[in-house]
Amino acid sequence: MTSVNPNEAARHLALLRTMLRIRRFEEVAETAQRAGEIPGTLHLSIGQEGVAAGICSALEQTDFITSTHRGHGHSIAKGAPLTAMMAELFGRTAGSCHGKGGSMHVADFAVGMLGANGVVGGGIGIAVGAAQGLRVRGSNAVVASFFGDGAANRGPFLEALNWAAIFKLPVLFVCEDNGFAAFTRTAYLTSGKGPAARAEALGITSATVDGNDVIAVADLAATFVEHLRRGEGPRFIHALTYRLRGHTIADKGTYRDAAEHARREAFDPILLLLRHLTDAGLASEAQSLAVEVDAEIGEALSVARASPFPKPEQALIDVQDAGAPA
Amino acid sequence: MNERTILEAVRDGLTEEMRRDPLVWAVGEDLHIGGLYGQYKGLIEEFGPGRIVASPISEAMIVSAGLGGALVGTRPVVEMRIADFALPAIDEIVNQTAKARFMFGGQARVPVVMRLPQGLMASSAAQHSQSLESWYVHVPGLVVLAPSTPADCKGLLKSAIRCDDPVIFIEPRANWQMRGAVPEDTEHLVPIGRARIARAGNNLTVVSWSAMTPVAMKAAESASESGLDVEVIDLRSLWPWDMETVFASAERTGRLLVVHEAVQVCGLGAEIVASVAESIGPTLRCPPRRLGAPRAPVAFSPPLEAVHRVTAEKISAAMREMVQS
Repeated sequence: MTSVNPNEAARHLALLRTMLRIRRFEEVAETAQRAGEIPGTLHLSIGQEGVAAGICSALEQTDFITSTHRGHGHSIAKGAPLTAMMAELFGRTAGSCHGKGGSMHVADFAVGMLGANGVVGGGIGIAVGAAQGLRVRGSNAVVASFFGDGAANRGPFLEALNWAAIFKLPVLFVCEDNGFAAFTRTAYLTSGKGPAARAEALGITSATVDGNDVIAVADLAATFVEHLRRGEGPRFIHALTYRLRGHTIADKGTYRDAAEHARREAFDPILLLLRHLTDAGLASEAQSLAVEVDAEIGEALSVARASPFPKPEQALIDVQDAGAPA
Repeated sequence: MNERTILEAVRDGLTEEMRRDPLVWAVGEDLHIGGLYGQYKGLIEEFGPGRIVASPISEAMIVSAGLGGALVGTRPVVEMRIADFALPAIDEIVNQTAKARFMFGGQARVPVVMRLPQGLMASSAAQHSQSLESWYVHVPGLVVLAPSTPADCKGLLKSAIRCDDPVIFIEPRANWQMRGAVPEDTEHLVPIGRARIARAGNNLTVVSWSAMTPVAMKAAESASESGLDVEVIDLRSLWPWDMETVFASAERTGRLLVVHEAVQVCGLGAEIVASVAESIGPTLRCPPRRLGAPRAPVAFSPPLEAVHRVTAEKISAAMREMVQS
């Protein structure tokens, strides 16, 4: 057993807690969707929790993020309450968007979560715009933008990175590379040396990190966020991870074989951190965290189930002020 | 009252709002030298590069800057240079900006003004001449304004900046130098959703907006010489549009002609004519009509471009047919 600094232990347990909250939230949501309790589909981030947890550990509640269609983890890591998120997935009034957004449009402005997004790459420019608005307001908050490897092939990726660089905006770009753009391997679709090289070509300091090593992600994010707060301009993280579930909940994953999947399960970010904590003599602390998280998820599920569906007239509320639907 | 051009009036309007509210800022191409037409001239000197942001040619990001800035509590004014250039940003306008408030269950307001100088101008050809206002009217979440006079351009721009909804602000780019009286009051705010009776009349109602209003006025003046008393409604606000004023006028005159520069097929005229037909159709003396451009891209060569132009003569001919029918 290696001796461990108490501050480090607390930090690592906090990272575990965030990852467990994401994992258990999504596992429970997956079951509820298959049972017909959650309408629509889900894009699960199971296996990718290290990126969300590591990046958001470097942010304050007053900082902001934008997210993707696979955004549950980012929201949870940023501090969005689980009850409101679960109720949103259920399409209920207690949801953070009162059932208007669902899984793909989860948002929680109270914790600086400016929205998941149904369009690949849709949040990148919004993050950069938010950073520009924060400058107008004289704020020193920073903005992190999560997006997938597929987004790096869309035009707004270039536009947003170039813009953030020329205006030296405090944006942390996080390319969460899970190996697949929907049902196709990213390697077949992306030319050149990849997202980090593209960012470097635009003059943005970049780094590639093992996204399943949550401590490495957290350390890198902490360093880069410090750069942002000093006004040094945007930073770019290419986090390599692996999606252990399908693109959507209905995806059978015919484009990858079982052996590959099994191999990658051994690199599950939660398993890796648990092993590290066990080596550090923190197995029982980790175990009690898991129990706490399960209780919390159980509570979120009960609240979501008990919350009423919105009344039909809500479908016409919050469209706009001038010229609202009659 | 001051005599101002449209260009001066909108510059005054933006300047006043930026003085009034430090959260108002503008972003777009070449704003540091006053923008493409000079409508931002002198603003960077007063407000600095933090609030007059000269951007790359990067339309999707220009609109995203507005949306992101709005989501963190500022009130951006977004310059699209020419209405056609909003199209590279249509995802950002339609999927993102128009829906943010609704999708997020009212957590957000999106007080962003998108300025789209629009329309035919001096052989600008197919990609610099389009009038696509009906697209935006079709999209829930957006307010769409299209004033025609210096006073209305200023007063509606100021109202748009103070509005908490995303606003598509269409400017008549061929008429920047058109002059008119503008109130000096810094609280000169034209209400959104209210039309202006540009000319009162009893025999026929013409509804138009933006660059078409002065053309409709010209046609109405010449009609009066031949004894036809035409009412011209400058709609100004396309969503919401002033149904009350249009219905009342059409009911009184018994004839309605909607005139727009956009392609006639699925133009906003179709919506207005349909609404009038559904509400007061039986009271009309003749079927309500639309007059717009042919459904073809705009050509470069002047005699070809002219085919698209809705002129006073074309309006007069349509009015004559309606009265004779």
